[in-house]
Amino acid sequence: MSRHRLIFAGSGGQGVITAAIILAEAAVLFEGQNAVQSQSYGAAARGGISRSDVIISDAPIHFPKVNQPNTLICLTQEAYNKFNSVIRPGGILITDTHYVSLDTRAEARIYHLPLYTSVMQEIGKPVVFNICVLGALQAITGLVRLDSLHQILKKRIPSRFLDINERALQLGAELGKNTEVQTH
Amino acid sequence: MTQRTEFIQGNEVCVNAALYAGLDFFAGYPITPSSEIAETMAKQLPRIGGKFLQMEDEISSICSIIGASLTGHKVMTATSGPGFSLMQETLGFAVMAEIPCVIVDVQRGGPSTGLPTHGSQGDVYQARWGTHGDHAIIALTASNHQDLFSMTVEAFNMAETYRTPVILLMDEITGHTREPVNLPEQGEIPIIGRLRTSVPEGVDYHPYLPREDGRLPMSDFGGKHRYNVTGLYHDMWGFPTTDPNVIHGLIHHLMDKIENHAHEITRYREYYLDDAHTVLISYGCSARTALHVVNSRRRRGEKLGLLELQSLWPFPAELVRAKCAHAHYILVVEMNMGQVVHEVKKAVHEPERVYLANRVDGEFITPTDVRGIMRLIHGRGV
Repeated sequence: MSRHRLIFAGSGGQGVITAAIILAEAAVLFEGQNAVQSQSYGAAARGGISRSDVIISDAPIHFPKVNQPNTLICLTQEAYNKFNSVIRPGGILITDTHYVSLDTRAEARIYHLPLYTSVMQEIGKPVVFNICVLGALQAITGLVRLDSLHQILKKRIPSRFLDINERALQLGAELGKNTEVQTH
Repeated sequence: MTQRTEFIQGNEVCVNAALYAGLDFFAGYPITPSSEIAETMAKQLPRIGGKFLQMEDEISSICSIIGASLTGHKVMTATSGPGFSLMQETLGFAVMAEIPCVIVDVQRGGPSTGLPTHGSQGDVYQARWGTHGDHAIIALTASNHQDLFSMTVEAFNMAETYRTPVILLMDEITGHTREPVNLPEQGEIPIIGRLRTSVPEGVDYHPYLPREDGRLPMSDFGGKHRYNVTGLYHDMWGFPTTDPNVIHGLIHHLMDKIENHAHEITRYREYYLDDAHTVLISYGCSARTALHVVNSRRRRGEKLGLLELQSLWPFPAELVRAKCAHAHYILVVEMNMGQVVHEVKKAVHEPERVYLANRVDGEFITPTDVRGIMRLIHGRGV
């Protein structure tokens, strides 16, 4: 039985929950996997810590929340400070160089990537930052195929925005692929 | 059999299932964590020729669906605790006037406005006794999306069968969590339609005269027959009465039509109960945690089992008594200060063996919480 637990954490409005949904939906619809996605909401729609949990497994999933993630994605300093200690030892931590400075040493394989900066340089639209993160996550973990994520983008995203999302996904995948693991 | 797999929220599953069951009228007022039900319904219902009404509040929402049901529609409204509170008076009217309708309560932390974005199971007793006066009620629940689909369809079926409001108790966790669900083809799950009278137009029709089997055929209000609908005690034409015999007959009819069919209404799932020394009893989101604990302990050879209740009212006391007959102890897992645990204590032979595993701080009860309480029961500390 393989089971992978992820926490996506960032700030409300960054699209962390959307990214989590796309990953989980891709696993279910195009990879024949089982997945559960849940989220914790505050009362506000913007700002504050936004968190989504995803479990991907080939077996039934009953308890839907994640305590110790195999992969932790932190897109703000606040999210990083709050969650970096819960990562499973030897797990994967993905952070963004623009939003997060690494100041504590987690026992993890750390991918500290210039995702936001690259999105702004190459595409110029911050709204696709979350999709770039998803591309990097795909390249690093191989949890789903890149094509499965493409299929979900096609399904969920209006055609006039599809191009920039696909470019962001590809950009993230390249950044994830070409980055050596930093071991602290 | 071709099924369509979707990866959607529980709230969206509820909408899909309601439409599958034949819902064609929805009135509601959005409230977290139920809002996606109204939102999705507003998109989908007009496409199939149904009516979606956003009302000014929850009182008018339930009044609308009752009116629409009387005219022959399959109806539902959805809300959360604060809105469910506002609906209680009219819920009683629907009980008294015997109007089929489905009321979804996606539970959040209470009392009052409480915790809008966090899960709870604090409305179990409100579903039973929220409206005043002696009455019987049906309340269903589910822990996963596949069961939520079938329980939603069952809610509509039972509303028609017993001519009664049926409450579907969801919670923030099942409502907002996304997981796969197989949407069945039409015909895979039986649908019970409105039982209409065969009395022809112009012939005296008795809206409140039960048939031999206890069911009451309806006539679409404003259609072929003139009759009265009231929240007062009424005779077989629906007109108010203070005749003690009629009153006695009506209150017994309202109770008996549900309580005497408890065995037909009861819905549950069971896991490893045959040789279980420890029986966990749970429902809704908490049953997910309970099942996680039972599965992991079984892998270690410990004799745990789970009885997952999917119908909470009428309370399946006989079922609980039978399934717990050989249990060394019984642990009720729920996210409130103890509601179903009291019903379990009443149902079993030795109530002192019944314990509560709960969590009420807004966080979803975890396997660690349940295991900690089991350690305490065994005298092993935390």
